[in-house]
Amino acid sequence: MSDGNQSPVSFKVVGHRPIRPDGVDKVTGRAQFGADFHLPGMLTGRIKRSPHPHARILKIDTSAAEKLPGVKAIVTGADLDVGAGGDIEAGEHAAAMKDVAANVLASGKVFYQGHAVAAVAATSPEIAAEALDLIEVTYEVLPHVIDVDEAIAAGAAVLHDDMFTKGVTPKPAKPSNVAQRHVMGRGDVKAAFAAADVVIEGRYTTAAVHQGYIEPHACVASWGADGQSTIWCSSQGQFLVRAMTARILNLPLSDIKVIPAEIGGGFGGKTTVYLEPVALALSRKCGRPVKLVMSREEVFLASGPTSGASMDIKLAATKDGKITGAEMELRYQAGAFAGSPVNLGCMTAFACYDVENLALVGLDVVSNRPKVAAYRAPGAPMAAFAVESAIDDLARKLNMDPIDLRILNAVRDGAKTVYGATVRYSAFVETLEAVKAHPHYQAKLKPGQARGVAAGFWFNIGGESSAAVHVDEDGGATVVSSNPDIGGSRASMAMMAAETLGLPIERVRCTIADTTSIGFSGSTGGSRVTFATGMAVVEAAQKVVADLKRRAAQTWECDIAHVEYRDGVATCLDPSKDAKPLSIKALAGKSAKTGGPIAAEVSLNAQGAAAGYGVHVCDLEIDAETGRTTVVRYTAAQDVGRAIHPAYVEGQLQGGAAQGVGWALNEEYVYNAKGLLDNASFLDYRMPVASDLPMIDTILVEAKPNPRHPYGAKGVGEVPIVPPLAAVSNAVSALVGKRMTALPLSPIVVLAAMGKA
Amino acid sequence: MAHVVSISSKVRDLTGGLDAFDVEAATVRGLIRALEARFPGLGELVEAEMSLAIDGEIHQDAMAEPLGPASEVVLIPRISGG
Repeated sequence: MSDGNQSPVSFKVVGHRPIRPDGVDKVTGRAQFGADFHLPGMLTGRIKRSPHPHARILKIDTSAAEKLPGVKAIVTGADLDVGAGGDIEAGEHAAAMKDVAANVLASGKVFYQGHAVAAVAATSPEIAAEALDLIEVTYEVLPHVIDVDEAIAAGAAVLHDDMFTKGVTPKPAKPSNVAQRHVMGRGDVKAAFAAADVVIEGRYTTAAVHQGYIEPHACVASWGADGQSTIWCSSQGQFLVRAMTARILNLPLSDIKVIPAEIGGGFGGKTTVYLEPVALALSRKCGRPVKLVMSREEVFLASGPTSGASMDIKLAATKDGKITGAEMELRYQAGAFAGSPVNLGCMTAFACYDVENLALVGLDVVSNRPKVAAYRAPGAPMAAFAVESAIDDLARKLNMDPIDLRILNAVRDGAKTVYGATVRYSAFVETLEAVKAHPHYQAKLKPGQARGVAAGFWFNIGGESSAAVHVDEDGGATVVSSNPDIGGSRASMAMMAAETLGLPIERVRCTIADTTSIGFSGSTGGSRVTFATGMAVVEAAQKVVADLKRRAAQTWECDIAHVEYRDGVATCLDPSKDAKPLSIKALAGKSAKTGGPIAAEVSLNAQGAAAGYGVHVCDLEIDAETGRTTVVRYTAAQDVGRAIHPAYVEGQLQGGAAQGVGWALNEEYVYNAKGLLDNASFLDYRMPVASDLPMIDTILVEAKPNPRHPYGAKGVGEVPIVPPLAAVSNAVSALVGKRMTALPLSPIVVLAAMGKA
Repeated sequence: MAHVVSISSKVRDLTGGLDAFDVEAATVRGLIRALEARFPGLGELVEAEMSLAIDGEIHQDAMAEPLGPASEVVLIPRISGG
């Protein structure tokens, strides 16, 4: 349910719940995903992967495979040419292109089990598989390290000889697995702890978890005889795929066209490339289209999960509950190459709270795991797990209501965050108050149940976006978006255009353009599309409205200042004219007589995104015999600015909460002593399914629409995965009578905490 | 005179450990130019990898954004997301 907070402004389309435009295609199987494309003469690609977690490649012998009938091309890392390297904007940070290339196809060393070392294109899947077996790779196996704390310990196997910790002065003399040390803070933390009435301490760990998108990575690449190439793929950004592929193969951007397929989930994990440059390199070699599709095992082995983390936290507080200081060290797994979201963990850890004295250190640590990729609110859920657990400890120690304690310490507009921004347009306090007043929080627990509360934050971003609005000859409109739709953006784009044009939503359709058909856009991620691309859509629609008014004025031979446009109809306000109103349909039908087609395209760099805050409440019970935890009631509340399509927003809250519950209770990468992953399948990697969860209630708090967006939107997709880890863990801790500090809280862990293992 | 504050260790590496300093600039473009002149490599780093919180509001690649005579500019790691 939604609490029905009503917007102060009544819109005709925005804020309503039209049927989702992609629903029929998806439930009938008509939607075209990455693996659904077939071209004449297309070959099957397969990738040979490392069986070792860490090894030097001494030799790759492809001669036997090349002789196998049906094999048309084989590529290795030697076929990539990243040139000068450099960085490129990716899901959670600027990605070093030499690392992206070395992750796509290994060069010199393999850094994790499943690391790609060669690829083959053949006339059938069977021949491709046989060819992989014929490729002989000679390795010198090296010592490996998997755990983040072990990776920074003295004597750990070092992955990269050229990795000297950045952020340390003077520059270290020896290489290590710590790629970078981030430091941030303010105030006098020592003095805060010296004066504290209460000190809370803890060490917390979380496991690496995968985004778990249903659709594996897939693409088709076709190299043209004229050097013009086309890639069909499922991704969170067709422009990102084009840029990365061009850089890895040293090609001009204009030689590559990327056509976005329907996407079967991304959650941040599809903000990089794994297959596209390989498929195009194969196609370049043999001149035929090549399809590459990962198996689920390959998805787990070789595509980015998010970081596992190890964290130490210490809070100082007064006896009244005011948090006066905090220290925290966060150590995040980056996987095989530098670039964990630990800096974002540092920045978000205390973003919900107004704490005067803070000292945060973040370590970006490489180990023999797949390179991490973005996952909803990258870096924030782990940090929030530690912070929200410590705050729960503080509430219990002071015998305070956990929401009252959070309200006491909550950031309010005007507060300064540790990362430098001033809090604006925030409704965190209103969100906490909405939860406190909600029937869920007021309800009494049954015997054997416990309740956990936790909060979360995400910045939300804007950035570069392009969109076009075309008015059709019959008065309907088409919106051309530059962003793949992973969370309902086709609906929200069409709705904002319809609202601006004064059309019913049924007369506006939204399509996702390829890289040659619309201006550049950043990827779909960071909860930016409804805000930034939405801004482009609204500005394009406003240009169309201005053009419609101009055409009406021209038709009536009146001053444009005398034309009013409302609800899809232009009216002449000049009393000297006997002019009948002109609908958008009438104006569109005669567009040739007033200047030609009616359309506008806008490209912009959206600034002014507003942060989001969430508060979750989780009731659960534990089976004392098996240790299985069952969530019996769950409510997710969020400061959403204004919900453009409330049902989609509720879906974002519910999806994020479900993923966070899985992170808290079951999900983890399980490595054995040989550094090999033991659970690379959905059978053994336990994600929650519908029957594991209750209906998740939602509260959309619309107290502070973002004034920097035409319809008040804030990003909503990231925040909901931040609070669940601690919301669940706080409830489990209450039930077992012991602070749970290591996720996941699998049955065996819970039984052990209950003294029954 | 913009007051520049950094929370980034990468910045500290280029400023000889300075976390806060004043720079004469009327726009973000001018600020980046001034940073590069004073701390070689810093302007390039800020342009390529950082966002700016100008008087509290985060800006990314907003080269024409004006800076007031007493603006506070915080250099922060570029924020993206999933």
